[in-house]
Amino acid sequence: AVSHYRLFPKALGRLVAALGVRELHLALTQGFWRTRAWGQPPLQAPAGAELWVWFQPTVTDVDKAWKELSNILSGIFCASLNFIDSTNTVTPTASFKPLGLANGTDHHLLRYAVLPREVVCTENLTPWKKLLPCGSKAGLAVLLKAERLFHSSYHSQAVHIRPICRDASCLAVSWELRQTLTVVFDTFSSGQGKKDWSLFKMFSRTLTDACPLASQSKVYVDISPKNKEKELLEVTPPPASVHEAIVQGDKRTYAVYDLLSPSLFNTSRSLNVQLKWKRPQDSSELPTPVLHAQRYVSGYGLQTGEISTLIYNTHPYRAFPVILLETVPWYLRLYVHTLTIITKGKENKPSYIHYQPAQDRRRPHLLEMLIQLPANSVTKITIQFERALLKWTEYPPDPNHGFYVSSSVLSALVPSVIAMKDVDVEQSPLFTSLFPSSDGSSYFVRLYTEPLLVNLPTPDFSMPYNVICLTCTVVAVCYGSFYNLLTRTFHVEEPSRGGLAKRLANIIRKFRGVPPL
Amino acid sequence: VVEGLALLDLGVSPYSGAIFHETPLIIYLFHFLIEYAELVFMITDVLTAVALYLAIQDFNKVVFKKQKLLIELDKYAPDVAELIRTPMEMHYIPLKVALFYLLNPYTVMSCVAKSTCAINNTVIAFFILATIKGSAFLSAVFLALATYQSLYPLTLFAPALLYLLQRQFIPIKLKSKSFWLYTMQYAALYLCSLVVIICLSFFLLNSWDFIPSVYGFILSVPDLTPNIGLFWYFFAEMFEHFSLFFVCVFQINVFFYTIPLAIKLKEHPVFFMFVQIAIISIFKSYPTVGDIALYMAFLPVWSHLYRFLRNIFILSCVLIVCSLLFPVLWHLWIYAGSANSNFYYAITLTFNVGQILLISDYFYAFLRREYYLTHGLHLTRQDGTEAMLVLK
Repeated sequence: AVSHYRLFPKALGRLVAALGVRELHLALTQGFWRTRAWGQPPLQAPAGAELWVWFQPTVTDVDKAWKELSNILSGIFCASLNFIDSTNTVTPTASFKPLGLANGTDHHLLRYAVLPREVVCTENLTPWKKLLPCGSKAGLAVLLKAERLFHSSYHSQAVHIRPICRDASCLAVSWELRQTLTVVFDTFSSGQGKKDWSLFKMFSRTLTDACPLASQSKVYVDISPKNKEKELLEVTPPPASVHEAIVQGDKRTYAVYDLLSPSLFNTSRSLNVQLKWKRPQDSSELPTPVLHAQRYVSGYGLQTGEISTLIYNTHPYRAFPVILLETVPWYLRLYVHTLTIITKGKENKPSYIHYQPAQDRRRPHLLEMLIQLPANSVTKITIQFERALLKWTEYPPDPNHGFYVSSSVLSALVPSVIAMKDVDVEQSPLFTSLFPSSDGSSYFVRLYTEPLLVNLPTPDFSMPYNVICLTCTVVAVCYGSFYNLLTRTFHVEEPSRGGLAKRLANIIRKFRGVPPL
Repeated sequence: VVEGLALLDLGVSPYSGAIFHETPLIIYLFHFLIEYAELVFMITDVLTAVALYLAIQDFNKVVFKKQKLLIELDKYAPDVAELIRTPMEMHYIPLKVALFYLLNPYTVMSCVAKSTCAINNTVIAFFILATIKGSAFLSAVFLALATYQSLYPLTLFAPALLYLLQRQFIPIKLKSKSFWLYTMQYAALYLCSLVVIICLSFFLLNSWDFIPSVYGFILSVPDLTPNIGLFWYFFAEMFEHFSLFFVCVFQINVFFYTIPLAIKLKEHPVFFMFVQIAIISIFKSYPTVGDIALYMAFLPVWSHLYRFLRNIFILSCVLIVCSLLFPVLWHLWIYAGSANSNFYYAITLTFNVGQILLISDYFYAFLRREYYLTHGLHLTRQDGTEAMLVLK
């Protein structure tokens, strides 16, 4: 249970205590991280809203706790997380291991859900900022103004709660709340074609002081030299110290600005970090990441289709396994006998497959596979599906927009090209310490592929009454014919004298001079 | 079925998903036969045709015997000579039946598509053969197999019972003890074989999962994939509030005609069986063209009714045109995107109306012939003029 609310927000603390949550990870993302243009992401999240939670073993009804949790979080973050229900929740068995301290890993305590259609906007940023101890009044968060932040190609905000050791001896456990914000600004379009940036140009604000409650407040600027050339760029004001670290298998150099050191803010009480390129860059040569993937849907017509995932391993000589998790909604019926995995032209059999087929209107498909990726290869995974016709009330208001399939998750321990020595957790920057790494030779990466947009055949929505009438007419035709044949018998027709209508007709005919009926 | 086998290989129960809705015996049958699938379906079609051939051969003998008996008993009117059936004209009927089944485009399509409906047809054909030959035990076993696979052949219990009673010369009176005795025997055979088959399926897969997947699926119609029947669009456009009510109404509609037909057609159980099979294939929850092929194979048996059919030309035109338009409008809706689901639905409606009117036309013709046989062909009114026959 959480007892100190000096720094930890009370809303989340009470939530964690009341519902027996052990770990909570919520990410709200707008846009998609373009790995080949921007390089390896520091922390990627799928488009839309993603929520995965490990519950304490003391929780008896995990589904009920999950439902309550998603509803409460939807209120706290002003996001429609209340749409998370059993049709988009899965229980992965291998992909999402706990990131904090954990005793056992019974995967029945884990729930994972993605809402790919969720839109992130200002009203999601505001409660996120309110969770910070100083809010957006002091410290680094003064930069986070919504009108500049959402003018970007990619915006992802996340909240991670996990239990960690309080110190190196690990005698006591504390709760850690980690809030991350990843934004990609497009300076080309706003900076007259030059790649120079400054804090003022990006955020229309500068840093003034550190948050008084913070014990550490730093700005890291990546000034790693490319191709061993120095003096390609210049950072002003000159940094007080330079930190070198191996992040995601790459050796990187960071310029460090410590907002708590009194020498930083000298006269103007404002810090505007600027970066200028000395020589014009013709093309940004970011190294291709060791592991990246893409996914697309193929096929024509509204009956069948095929989902293909391509996974690239660009490491020159090391092979490593990757866990692929796919969640497909129930109305795209996957045919697992059409699942093929082809690497370098040959079939690649996964060493572990966990497949849980969908149940109509209750549960989505869950496919988890452990695939070995050979060095320097492309692996193609294809599976065919059939599209179902839904009841007319189950379509969203714009049915021809299509239905979203949430991103698939790739989790891997990627071998790094440069060996990392064990670093002291206190010294390393915060952005490297979310994923635990067991040894220095590989680092953990979680990648997400594109979400897919799939069209389903639609009935005509204007026709319910007509359809009921017409179908019942056909059934009545059958019933009527059979009723006649079953209950009536043949008789010789007796000429009848005619009823009233016939007599009237005969009178009129006599007037006209026509022979009577 | 291939999907079910793949799931079984992965160690997952095939019924845990929503794709596989066949019975466990089918899985195990195909476990061994999956490589020869085309051959299997061709053989089942040939077996069905052979069974129908032998059944109709026997049935013709029975019909002829009965006709002779009725002529000797002087039950027929004097001037119906042209309505009496001769062995000459009935000689080629079994061959025509077998050919009607094998050469029917619906059968060919069903075989090419490797639909398990062909296996259902084979079981029903064997059931008909066993019933006409008079073996109550085999007939009960095959009926149990047919009911086990798709629920609706349950209604064929009544015509089979009537035929077997007739064959044993037991009169159908509610007070007669031998009637109830025989009925109980037949029902016991049927239920026991059904229970044995269901328990065998349970032991094959060690779970009762197949019952909601197979029978719950047939009865509650959750999957709305378009087919040639009437249900799919109806339930796609249904208000949620009424869906349970209409599911019950539609299911009762299939079983509902059995008792009235049994009362009316108790002297003619094989015609009753034909009408019942037709009703099942029109109103079942997931009809396929294979079901239609089965009852159309019987049409040569009633070819002597041709002169009494009222609308046969227009109905055959309707059926042929609708069958040709089905794939066209399906393609336009799903692939070309230039038509609506309403187009395909309209063809479904017309096709089913055509089928219903075909069956009721044959029924009308049959009843009319019976009337003429007992009352004479040239009917006169009380004042001696030519009479018209109406249903009142």
